[in-house]
Amino acid sequence: MRMPFSALLGLIFTGAFFFAAIFAPLIAPYDMAEVVGGVWDPVSATHWFGTDAIGRDMLTRMIYGGQTTIFVASAATILSFVLGSILGFTAAVTGGWVDQILSRIVDLIMAIPSLILALVILSVTPVTLTVLILVMGLLDATRVFRLSRAVAVDITVMDYVEAARLRGEGWAWIIFREILPNALSPLVAELGLRFIFAVLFISTLSFLGLGIQPPLADWGGIVKENSAGLVYGIPAALIPAFAIAALAISVNLVADWVLSRTTSLKGGRG
Amino acid sequence: MAAATSAAGWHKGGSVHPILLLVVQRVALGLLLLLAVSAVIFLGVEALPGDTAQAILGQSATPQALENLRAQMGLDQPPLTRYFSWLGGLMTGDMGLSLTNGQDIAQGIGQRLGNTLFLAFWAAVISVPLAILLGLVAARYQGRWPDKLISGVTLSTISLPEFVVGYLVLYFLAVKWQIFPSVAMVFPGMGIFERLNAVILPVIVLVLVVLAHMMRMTRAAILNVMQSAYIETAELKGLGPMQVIWRHAFPNAIAPVVNVVMLNLAYLVVGVVVVEVVFVYPGMGQYLVDHVAKRDLPVVQAAGLIFAAVYIGLNILADVISILANPRLRHPK
Amino acid sequence: MSDTLLSIRNLRIEATSYPPGEAPRDVVLVDDVSVDLQKGRVLGLIGESGAGKSTIGLSSMAFGRGGVRLTGGSILLNGRDIRLADARALRGLRGREVTYVAQSAAAAFNPALPLMEQVIEAALHHGMMSRAEAEARAVGLFRTLGLPNPESFGARYPHQVSGGQLQRAMTAMALCPKPDLVVFDEPTTALDVTTQIDVLAAIKDAIRDTGVAALYITHDLAVVAQVADDILVLRHGKRVEYGTTGQIITAPREAYTQALVSVRSIDHQEKPAAPAVLSVQNVTARYRGTSFDVLKNVTLDLPAGQTLAVVGESGSGKSTLARAITGLLPPTQGRITFAGRELSRDQRSRSRDDLREVQMIYQMADTAMNPRQTVGTIIGRPLEFYFGLKGEAKRARIQDLLDQIEMGKGYIDRYPAELSGGQKQRVCIARALAAKPRLIICDEVTSALDPLVADGILKLLLNLQAREGVAYLFITHDLATVKAIADRIAVMYRGEVVRYGSKTDVLTPPFDDYTDLLLSSVPEMELGWLEAVLKHRKMASAGN
Repeated sequence: MRMPFSALLGLIFTGAFFFAAIFAPLIAPYDMAEVVGGVWDPVSATHWFGTDAIGRDMLTRMIYGGQTTIFVASAATILSFVLGSILGFTAAVTGGWVDQILSRIVDLIMAIPSLILALVILSVTPVTLTVLILVMGLLDATRVFRLSRAVAVDITVMDYVEAARLRGEGWAWIIFREILPNALSPLVAELGLRFIFAVLFISTLSFLGLGIQPPLADWGGIVKENSAGLVYGIPAALIPAFAIAALAISVNLVADWVLSRTTSLKGGRG
Repeated sequence: MAAATSAAGWHKGGSVHPILLLVVQRVALGLLLLLAVSAVIFLGVEALPGDTAQAILGQSATPQALENLRAQMGLDQPPLTRYFSWLGGLMTGDMGLSLTNGQDIAQGIGQRLGNTLFLAFWAAVISVPLAILLGLVAARYQGRWPDKLISGVTLSTISLPEFVVGYLVLYFLAVKWQIFPSVAMVFPGMGIFERLNAVILPVIVLVLVVLAHMMRMTRAAILNVMQSAYIETAELKGLGPMQVIWRHAFPNAIAPVVNVVMLNLAYLVVGVVVVEVVFVYPGMGQYLVDHVAKRDLPVVQAAGLIFAAVYIGLNILADVISILANPRLRHPK
Repeated sequence: MSDTLLSIRNLRIEATSYPPGEAPRDVVLVDDVSVDLQKGRVLGLIGESGAGKSTIGLSSMAFGRGGVRLTGGSILLNGRDIRLADARALRGLRGREVTYVAQSAAAAFNPALPLMEQVIEAALHHGMMSRAEAEARAVGLFRTLGLPNPESFGARYPHQVSGGQLQRAMTAMALCPKPDLVVFDEPTTALDVTTQIDVLAAIKDAIRDTGVAALYITHDLAVVAQVADDILVLRHGKRVEYGTTGQIITAPREAYTQALVSVRSIDHQEKPAAPAVLSVQNVTARYRGTSFDVLKNVTLDLPAGQTLAVVGESGSGKSTLARAITGLLPPTQGRITFAGRELSRDQRSRSRDDLREVQMIYQMADTAMNPRQTVGTIIGRPLEFYFGLKGEAKRARIQDLLDQIEMGKGYIDRYPAELSGGQKQRVCIARALAAKPRLIICDEVTSALDPLVADGILKLLLNLQAREGVAYLFITHDLATVKAIADRIAVMYRGEVVRYGSKTDVLTPPFDDYTDLLLSSVPEMELGWLEAVLKHRKMASAGN
């Protein structure tokens, strides 16, 4: 099947963002902390995105900021996925008290809005990269748990899983051979959505001044650094804002495509 | 659902209408959840690595100074004791004193809560009817251009964090075109129109933020109802499209749509935190964020619990409305 | 003819299909079908799934479900071609001249409105009667249709009445606006057999009393024979045969019709008594967290190499019995002996051989196979798991099994989605056979299949039994199937075995009350069967 144009566009942009993040030191024209111009210099041949509130090159800041944003979001997403899906599948397959305990804990955590709970936690813990990744990953793991448990429960009631149980198969075969292949597509699509959520979340925290701390900067932090200029009509803060939106939309387009492909695979559930 | 129906069955013929029992059950469950949440916010946070006294005084503090501060804050008491005295205080409206400036927290929150509710109220008043209207339009013209246009625009607003929407609105509406004031200053004694004029930008941002989700979910809920077999039955009776929607789709769509609205109002609670910071609006969100940065735990816990309580309350309300709107529960066998 | 109500000429109906991963294409659902219906007569439309019978039924209201288009021919209703009518004219016709009774009345009623509101809605909407007149007519129809408390029945909500009652209420809804034509779309298919007969009789009475014409759509020839004057046999959207009901069931001309009439003609001789391979003794079971026994003191024997049919209606506990035997639902009391050894109550503590020797085949072959595994993996896994077969040996054995289920080469690497319904069920049979079991539990294995396909599956099962000596516990609600294949029969009702013995004993009078009701409710393919049964019942109850 041919890839639709929107998904291709999404994939190209997502790829470009990740490429820039990985090879940031090679691509960035200046040093991240280097003051190379005046305050909020406009766009020019030497500074494609102009300069920031204290005269650092905006393009350089954006590339390094993207690296931080993407790294933190990816790490948190991986953590939430590994933890959430393993626990979710286990809860669905074992059932009983394991399922009850895990599900009630998740209900409890999800009863508090993520941002509020994150703020409460960050008011006590030191704000480091590790802590941020852990807090975001753990909070988001509850959402992944809900989804993977729901998907797995839908599959475990299927007769073919019962047939495997009656055959005497162990849990490893049931999880990896019967459930996982059928749960993969919705989970991959969810992976994209969770990644977007993580990008928005870390950007929001940094914007509030409670995320990535200087001298490091991520896109949310760059918005914050340059927000004062907006009132004077200097749009520097909008550059990282657009970057966040562009990344989120590109990943969304890819995730939508993966989700719509779910039914069209050979032997799919359609 | 199955549990709910059987619960309704138990009290068949009794003097208490089963639906009342269900509602009471749901509210009780919600209050229990709130209690558990308060424990998480108080005890769970205490269990985290990090030392409040150290955080306030910094790394160079002497052991003696730390000790004194801990005693002053009651940190030397066992956690459970402190939790119950905290909870008892909350019940009576005593939230303790702020660590950083020694002010009464309840007083600080009271004023700001009013400001936040004012903001959220106007955002809800505008966004709810608008979202339902757009959702109806999108569902009515499913797959055609009005639907695609609405869905496309909302997809992009979903992909934007609240503060980005905030700055875009600020930059274009307040700075470039200078239609509205850029800073949402409100203070006691301000007239209602002055207030409204002041909050207009944050309200626009909040509306944009919740509108997309609310509209998409409304659309899905209505389409779901429109695919029911009883809609076909109505069409085969010769009813016109509007009669089908009004008599047959609408009564069944109320519950899911109200649910959507409530869930999104709960989402508004989160959005308000960021939007208040963007517009420097003196509300609960700004208050919470300020004190997180200052590591003023008592304020953070009190404010956090209030946000969580509003969120849980709206979720309970959504469930209660779903129960009340369900004909199976309203007219038990 | 002046009294022709509906005249369909060369009707062609198309729809756009969206096969996943391919370009959308148009498919022809109905091709060149012509038929006439006179006022006051009942025309039966019969065929298997995909025959286009519901599509034709709805076309008499110029209605196409989900993108179905009427692309050719004409549909004359009272002399006007409704295929060319505009939306406004169609609204004037639907619910007034033609009304519709759906298969699932439970879904077709709006859950938020009381029944009366919905029953009189069309009559009020078209301004045909005042509310008082419409309500009076509805109450009269409720009475004709044998609904309880006809005066107050309309005040109830759909979820407050039973499935059989809802189906009658839907018939009342269709008859209320005094239409010229009612389309009945499989109105009794979703009902239990003992409920079906009453609803069928009620519908027949109501048709006769009101003098309305009807299109009666069903896949069950025996049912349609009771209500229709004429029958149109359809297959793959084309007309196969058209004639009076008497001609169709006594002297069908076309080979396909003959096959439909003679279906379940399997001649199976009951085997003599033999030692039991499976013995269920005093088994009682309930679902976790409930206090209601779904199985009550069930005792049964299944002789080796024979078939025990467990028959009952929905809720009789017959599927629960299968779960108790397989150990998925551990019984609270009683014991299950298999091949001389007692089986552990819980499936998880059974030995691998115990698991291997009891296999299961499910009703829905679709959900019984992992859609992401090929036929080779599905059949090969038990070979690998129980016998350690690998590589070439495994592949050869898989092919051998495929030959046994008469599917031959070229299927090993296919996915279930690429198979037909009958082929899927055959693969499930092969998977069960691969374990070399001594007992296969067949849970309604033919009920989701069309009659001719089901017949093939039953013949295959009997052949395999003769060859492999495997015993079947055959769970079904369909008495025709039971008669075709059983050696022994157990009749279940509300969790209990009410009658058990050899096929001849069970099917020979004197009967207990429930077995009598059950046996006499199964429609038979003969004219006047319905009247005869009802008359017999009336006499019996008068005699008491």
